[in-house]
Amino acid sequence: MAAHALLHRSLAAAALALAGLMATAQQAPAPGGGDKCVAPTDWMRRYHMTALRHQRDETVHEGARDTRFSLEGCISCHAVKDTAGVPVTIDDPQHFCRTCHDYAAVKPDCFQCHASRPSEGLLQGDTAQLGTGGVLPFSSTTSVAELEIYLREARP
Amino acid sequence: MSRRVLDPGKGYGSAGSAAAPVDAVRRGFMAGGAAFAAAALAPGVTLMAYPESAGAANAPAHRWGMLIDTRLCPEGCTDCVAACSTEFGWGPAAGQAPRPETDPQWIRKVAVKDPDTGVAFSLPIMCQHCAEPPCVDVCPTGASFKRADGIVLVDRHICIGCRYCMMACPYKARSFVHEEVQDQKPYAPRGKGTVEGCTLCVHRVDRGGQPACVEACAAAGHNAMIFGDLGDPASEISRRVAEHRTTQIRADLGTDPGIHYEI
Repeated sequence: MAAHALLHRSLAAAALALAGLMATAQQAPAPGGGDKCVAPTDWMRRYHMTALRHQRDETVHEGARDTRFSLEGCISCHAVKDTAGVPVTIDDPQHFCRTCHDYAAVKPDCFQCHASRPSEGLLQGDTAQLGTGGVLPFSSTTSVAELEIYLREARP
Repeated sequence: MSRRVLDPGKGYGSAGSAAAPVDAVRRGFMAGGAAFAAAALAPGVTLMAYPESAGAANAPAHRWGMLIDTRLCPEGCTDCVAACSTEFGWGPAAGQAPRPETDPQWIRKVAVKDPDTGVAFSLPIMCQHCAEPPCVDVCPTGASFKRADGIVLVDRHICIGCRYCMMACPYKARSFVHEEVQDQKPYAPRGKGTVEGCTLCVHRVDRGGQPACVEACAAAGHNAMIFGDLGDPASEISRRVAEHRTTQIRADLGTDPGIHYEI
């Protein structure tokens, strides 16, 4: 009995420690600089990579320069600054993408090629300079339901 | 390339009429809808190809190109090369001695001389954006491709770095990235292990701008480079090409480059 109680107690302690660890490991990602994100937060949590991958192909092959789901758009709005006020790169655990991806043990390889911080003058939601391509079949007001139809389309 | 044309504001699957949800369109197709059956029977039409929107079909086909007047290109001037390197950040890896054999080089100045007559001039050579690009023919993954407007690019999301395109290119226009790249420009992703080359500044062209080399050449007062739409008969480049005798490098290969030279 004593052994059982000890086991239970240590298990409970381990669980508590684990919960504490998880709470510290997963920090809430920093909100972006604009009024709201390009889509509802729960939708973005589930579909952001699908949306990124989709827009990536539209951009490379068809020249869509719309920023709604562009990596450049995400990076410039969600830039996290360090104490010196300089946007951090993906090497910093505070980086917007890393706050969740570290916790999920998923390493995005986008930043082997892509810049992980905005260039000067493209900080905190100042996406107006990025320009619009107008080629994508949706606008900033397209509903989530219509977006899901777009994302379900498999590319040839 | 049988890419679907996007209809701005409507989304995929708008079958010419009101925008129908894609799933409904698919179900109609699977059930043997008459309109789609006809489309499927036509030769060269893929099963899932959607009808092109009227607006896109009527739009003129761009064919971006460049005309380089070598008579205005001073020997020793490398302004276009410097502008390209600055725009995209290629060149010797940061903090390393230059390795000319392997460092990326998107555009280079080449000096040529006829040994018989002694006539000499220099000219910039970059990706020639061929209408029949050999690099696209040989690419095993489809990463090397030609856009509808004639710009030849590498989709580095698909590139496996085999460098077959570099071997196939008659213009030595492509480079392989051997070193890790830091602090890329947001508009110009570059990374180790992929092939890259002149993009005709596609990020500028898509927004109505001019390539960086053309701007730099004009800023230096040489005006040796003209960028424009070879598909538009009214454009300056089309008029110049129609009026003056121009040549393409290794025109005998039949690649039909979009870069013309006036000698």
